Amino acid sequence: MAVLEQDTAATPARASLMNDPKIRGIFYQVLLVAFLVLSGWFIVSNTIVNLERQNIASGFGFLDNTAGFGIIQTLVPYAETSSYGQALFAGFLNTLLVAVVGIALATVLGFVAGIARLSPNWVISQIAYWYVEILRNVPLLLQIFFWYFAVLRAVPGKRDKWSLFDTFHLNIGGLRAPKPLFESGSDIVFYALLAAIAATVFIARWARKRQEATGQQFPSLLTGFGLILGLPLITFFVMGMPIGLEHPVFNETGPMLQRGFQLNVGINVIPEFLALTVALAIYTSAFIAEIVRAGIQAVSHGQTEAAHALGLRQGPTLRLVIIPQAMRVIIPPLTSQYLNLTKNSSLAVAIAFPDLVSVGGTVLNQTGQAIEVIAVWMMVYLSLSLLTSMFMNWYNQRMALVER
Amino acid sequence: MSKTILPLVLGAAMGVAATSASATTLEDVKAKGFVQCGVSQGLPGFSNPDAQGNWTGIDVDYCRAVAAAIFDDPSAVNFTPLSAKERFTALQSGEVDILSRNTTWTMSRDSQLGLNFAGVNYYDGQGFMVRKDLGVTSALELSGASVCTNTGTTTELNVADYFRANNMPYEIVAFEKADEVVAAYDAGRCDVYTTDASGLYAQRLKLTNPGDHMVLPEIISKEPLGPVVRQGDDEWFNIAKWTLNAMINAEELGVTSENVDEMMSSDNPSVKRLLGVEGAFGEGIGLTNDFGARILKHVGNYGETFDANVGPDTPLGIARGINALWTKGGILYAPPVR
Repeated sequence: MAVLEQDTAATPARASLMNDPKIRGIFYQVLLVAFLVLSGWFIVSNTIVNLERQNIASGFGFLDNTAGFGIIQTLVPYAETSSYGQALFAGFLNTLLVAVVGIALATVLGFVAGIARLSPNWVISQIAYWYVEILRNVPLLLQIFFWYFAVLRAVPGKRDKWSLFDTFHLNIGGLRAPKPLFESGSDIVFYALLAAIAATVFIARWARKRQEATGQQFPSLLTGFGLILGLPLITFFVMGMPIGLEHPVFNETGPMLQRGFQLNVGINVIPEFLALTVALAIYTSAFIAEIVRAGIQAVSHGQTEAAHALGLRQGPTLRLVIIPQAMRVIIPPLTSQYLNLTKNSSLAVAIAFPDLVSVGGTVLNQTGQAIEVIAVWMMVYLSLSLLTSMFMNWYNQRMALVER
Repeated sequence: MSKTILPLVLGAAMGVAATSASATTLEDVKAKGFVQCGVSQGLPGFSNPDAQGNWTGIDVDYCRAVAAAIFDDPSAVNFTPLSAKERFTALQSGEVDILSRNTTWTMSRDSQLGLNFAGVNYYDGQGFMVRKDLGVTSALELSGASVCTNTGTTTELNVADYFRANNMPYEIVAFEKADEVVAAYDAGRCDVYTTDASGLYAQRLKLTNPGDHMVLPEIISKEPLGPVVRQGDDEWFNIAKWTLNAMINAEELGVTSENVDEMMSSDNPSVKRLLGVEGAFGEGIGLTNDFGARILKHVGNYGETFDANVGPDTPLGIARGINALWTKGGILYAPPVR
């Protein structure tokens, strides 16, 4: 304390306010904030003045107006008589669908390729090496075009098909599959599925606790599989098979236009969705493979040797020692890849997949309200990205090494 | 240091605001020495770049006519290729001075987007193209078809209305760029390709086997295509309007790029007014009186640009039809210069 008092006393009182680093710091910060606020205000007011001068409508009222255009694939009921807001929402759900399916696919492919890259088998590691090098070095848009235009031409035309087990059919119009029809009593099957999942989680927790306490192992993975598959199946038969299948209808005769698959019967996964999802997943998986490889290589070889010395075999060593430690390195860059994939899905517009950007573009053109539509785009992508980051950060914290 | 920079930055920002608010489009265009014209990304006959990057088409000729009227130089024009989706934003934001891009004149575009349509340079309507082997002869047989088209166009709305009104299920595949629509239709993704009838004839040339495809007889909409300018600059709007009117009037009066010099000494008062020999009509729209003569000398009249770009002797082979002059059974009619 004495030192401090002496110090203040030694400073020449108010002699040079200008040279006080603290005051100067505050002064510049205030200046910066004022500048930012001023330029923000300038941009907003200038925009408003210009919009008014050119007599351009503004505001979000247009969202309630009738859209009037069709969308090829929607997850929610949508018709031409729906509003612009509903059209944008349908587009948003399509973006979400591509992102979720793409992330799941990319993660699986990426982990497989990343681990294959480290394989002692020369052929496997070389295949993985070229997979990564080719896919991450070709621009994504070209890959999307490749999957859409090149691969699309290789599959049969609309009046023809390739079939698998007579259940799944592929042609240029998309991938057709039977659609489940839920009759009365099908909800019980769902409850059975939920119950099975809950029971599996419970058993897994109990098994881990018991193993930690006594060292005895319990085959919780196998039990879980049996429960999740078996319980709904038993209920399904007990309830008298309340879930039917609506098979796609393929006409081979009649007028030429009416031949081939009929609209709105069964499930049709449109080729635009297939091409976009496959391209995004494969492109991103190449980056994920490198992240996985880096993560595994970041775990020192001493860990493997120590595990072996304790008598663990190769499988448990990887599962219990290496991967948990590698995950700490993998998760943060993996998050960036997930965000990239979500944002890259906006390239959908190039191949007519009705995602948020594509539908928003149509709305923008019909209403002319560029600022509002772009604001919606930015808000949606920003929120999606922030949510993904939040989830991945939470997961990262759970996986982080707890220092004891 | 930041103390000296800050006022400069703020001052510059205000300066930008001041200039962008005051100058008229004509002053801006004269200052930079050329007209910035928004065109399509490649639609044969309307606006299409050749291998050397030279643009041709009736929409392009209109822009050259505007440049000729202002600068007496049809090459004083720069072209900005725009997608259907980008075009209005590009015009609103001042990226282009004039939009001449086969754009349909509709009430909402004219009223809500802050735009003005300067007239109609092609009366079009939406049609359907199908493969001949489908055996379809009428659009009413298209129930259950998948339809390829462009996003952000009136066609997308018309096709929705048409199929809904006739109670036919359909599937729409809407692309951003016309080239991708053509590629997808050519690959067999869609049964039907729909856009303005003129566009169908133009795009058919890009297909692998143009002869395998036919345009169905139904025209399901009115698509008056014309040049567009920003609202709120009447002087520029007048120039846009009267450039087009001069081209149409010239055809009616028989003035062409070849005989314009002889016509300067014509006795017909209408021709004299058009070519600026009599009266001060050019000055009335902020140009020189000989603006009509300049347009005709460098570009020609409406009929000449139609014949050169889309007419029967071109690969498109479109007949004049309703785009003939009102005196010849069409509906093309321009207000007189007087």
